[in-house]
Amino acid sequence: MNFDYSEEECALAEQARRLLAERAPPSLIRALLEGEGRDRAAALWTEVSALGWPAIAIPEAHGGLGFGHVALCALAEEVGRAMAPLPMLPSIYLAAEAIATGGSEAQKARWLPRIALGEIVGTAIVGASVSATATGNRLTLPATLAPFGAEASIAVVAGRDGAWIVDLGQAGVVRTAVRTIDQSLPCATIAFDRVETEPLQMIDAERILARAAVLVAFEQLGGADACLDMALGYVRERRTFGRVVGSYQAVKHRLADIYVANQLARSNAYYAAWALSADAPELALAAATARVSATAAYELAARENIQLHGGIGFTWEADCHLHYRRSRVLAQILEPVETWHRRLAAALDREGVA
Amino acid sequence: MDFEDTAEEARFRREAREWLQTHAPRYAPPAGESDAEGFALLPLARRWQTAKAEARYARISWPEAHGGRGGTAMDEVIFEEEQRRFALPPDPFGISLGMCIPTMMQWAEPQVAERFVRPALRGEEIWCQLFSEPSAGSDLANVRTRAVRDGDGWIVSGQKVWTTGAHVSDWGTILVRTDPAAEKYAGLSYFWFNMKSPGVEVRPIRQASGHAAFNEVFFTEVRIPDAQRLGAVGGGWKVAISTLMNERMAVNEADIANITIDDVVRMARRPGWTGGRPIDDPAACAQIATLYACSMGVRYTRYRMLTQLSRGGLPGPEAAIGKLALARNIQDMAAFAMEMRGPAGIIDDRGGDPDLAAMQEAWFYSAGLRIAGGTDEILRNTIAERVLGLPQEARVDRGVPFNQLTS
Repeated sequence: MNFDYSEEECALAEQARRLLAERAPPSLIRALLEGEGRDRAAALWTEVSALGWPAIAIPEAHGGLGFGHVALCALAEEVGRAMAPLPMLPSIYLAAEAIATGGSEAQKARWLPRIALGEIVGTAIVGASVSATATGNRLTLPATLAPFGAEASIAVVAGRDGAWIVDLGQAGVVRTAVRTIDQSLPCATIAFDRVETEPLQMIDAERILARAAVLVAFEQLGGADACLDMALGYVRERRTFGRVVGSYQAVKHRLADIYVANQLARSNAYYAAWALSADAPELALAAATARVSATAAYELAARENIQLHGGIGFTWEADCHLHYRRSRVLAQILEPVETWHRRLAAALDREGVA
Repeated sequence: MDFEDTAEEARFRREAREWLQTHAPRYAPPAGESDAEGFALLPLARRWQTAKAEARYARISWPEAHGGRGGTAMDEVIFEEEQRRFALPPDPFGISLGMCIPTMMQWAEPQVAERFVRPALRGEEIWCQLFSEPSAGSDLANVRTRAVRDGDGWIVSGQKVWTTGAHVSDWGTILVRTDPAAEKYAGLSYFWFNMKSPGVEVRPIRQASGHAAFNEVFFTEVRIPDAQRLGAVGGGWKVAISTLMNERMAVNEADIANITIDDVVRMARRPGWTGGRPIDDPAACAQIATLYACSMGVRYTRYRMLTQLSRGGLPGPEAAIGKLALARNIQDMAAFAMEMRGPAGIIDDRGGDPDLAAMQEAWFYSAGLRIAGGTDEILRNTIAERVLGLPQEARVDRGVPFNQLTS
């Protein structure tokens, strides 16, 4: 057993961390919230695509680098730490994963090389609540929220009745940009009126969600650790009653609780990364556990980071609210945590603990 | 990231599993007997311990010369995982083998340690650790039990408290004050001694649960030879800290409680008090998921620490995570499990519903677990100060002779 990143994975994460610290600083995230900086975000996507980020876990046979899923997890952690405004979630964690796992050879050959290059972006509309109706190879869908829905070229759609790939360049696709609480991760609604589709036959909504949940857990983990670091940095400097705030137990204990939550979430995420990379039968349970754990950790860390900063933490200029926003968006964008509680319990029930 | 056994680990797991299948069933506790503290079933636990020692499974990572196998920390985990499949008596030898004997191995003369290792390993001799006192719990260095030099020995007088297993122990390790005029941490020394020495009186303490697993121990002019000192005169704090590090690393769910998350899930899959299965109820799912994520988080955190150890790292203060998270989680698990039985969950009927009885026992026991071996609050301080690097609270006991501190 080996329960840590490899040297190569650490090096990749380190490189990503340095690059994002420079190219995706909080000032960029704040600009995006104000409706500016889109060009810088797009340039960053071009730059990281040239570095092969979207290609990391896509097999070499389909134009990827084939570094494996743990490497992608390590990268996701850094994307989450920086809250980088990149379409990794919709294009890679959801669309590319769905196609690579459940697509036909022809579908993989057609879409994956272009996604790997970052040349096109995919999005996904996935879950039991997705009410897509198929008639032959035509698909109809009422307006549904999709991350990077305005920018995406294709969408993976998966609901109770099946999974499909839809080319978003065709007539009958209606996209409407939507303002969300975190404009650094833009969303749009997408509606279809009898558009052409290709079925994705080897995968269902639950498996697509499980795979993405592991990767999003790593983004949440990175975000949670960033909040802890921010809060620590502040309480080491700030003084009240003649002492550093960080010397009070009321403050120290709260930070210790955040640290513990983050570490437990990290451990659950590592287990899920293994299950994802090995495509193990434990994936459904491991993914739900990682999702539940990471969602709770990021939420706690983002809330308490504001609290530990005091009044300044609640201002627009402080970076705290960026994580507060992102933690909520990541908690809900892949179906809310309540559904993952049920998935986790259902997986335990299936597994049949004696 | 690799969760599979290596070839050697797989071989060891196979061997351990075969051995357990042959031997473990003979040591199953009688039906309905649950015993969270592990002293009620002591004779059975001793026989099981001897069987493990003879097969060299009692302390796998100890050197062969000490009756171990020279195995890895991972091998210990593998054996635990396999052992968890069997109903076995609770292990009352954790303090002997997890704390006292490793301290002896580290600090005593080799031939002295040699004398004690085997009998402890076989469960023939039990050790207790006499640290806490009425005014020295979280503030452990505040011990007042005095040791006064007398020729080639020391005369010890005072009182210890919360001493787990003192009533069944043959030997003890003790932290005492040898120099009250020295600074608090510098006036302490550490000894091992015979619990049957004249002047040692053990009085069991009845706990909140009604059980009595720990004790008060009174010392009235007890003579301990100077040859039984570990570390320097005045160097006892250093020895005590080395013991506590062993303690933190030892913690995992199966070691510290009589229940695990598997027991909670098993109960949730059976009809609850309203007739339906709790696992089908969304509100119960939320609780199960939260409890499960914590249990697994602690288990996998331990695996991460083992990975660090296997790469040559040392167990650090982050090991405090395990007990801090687990003790609270066990309390939550037990309360949730009792609730699944509805109003009848409060009925104290050991014979009628063994699952419920075990949960009730854990519910009591976990309240103490959050205090024993480092309170939740002390562990949070440890994490905040030693892992996160935050400053200590203002202290008034540094650099002052102990006998000039106002208590």
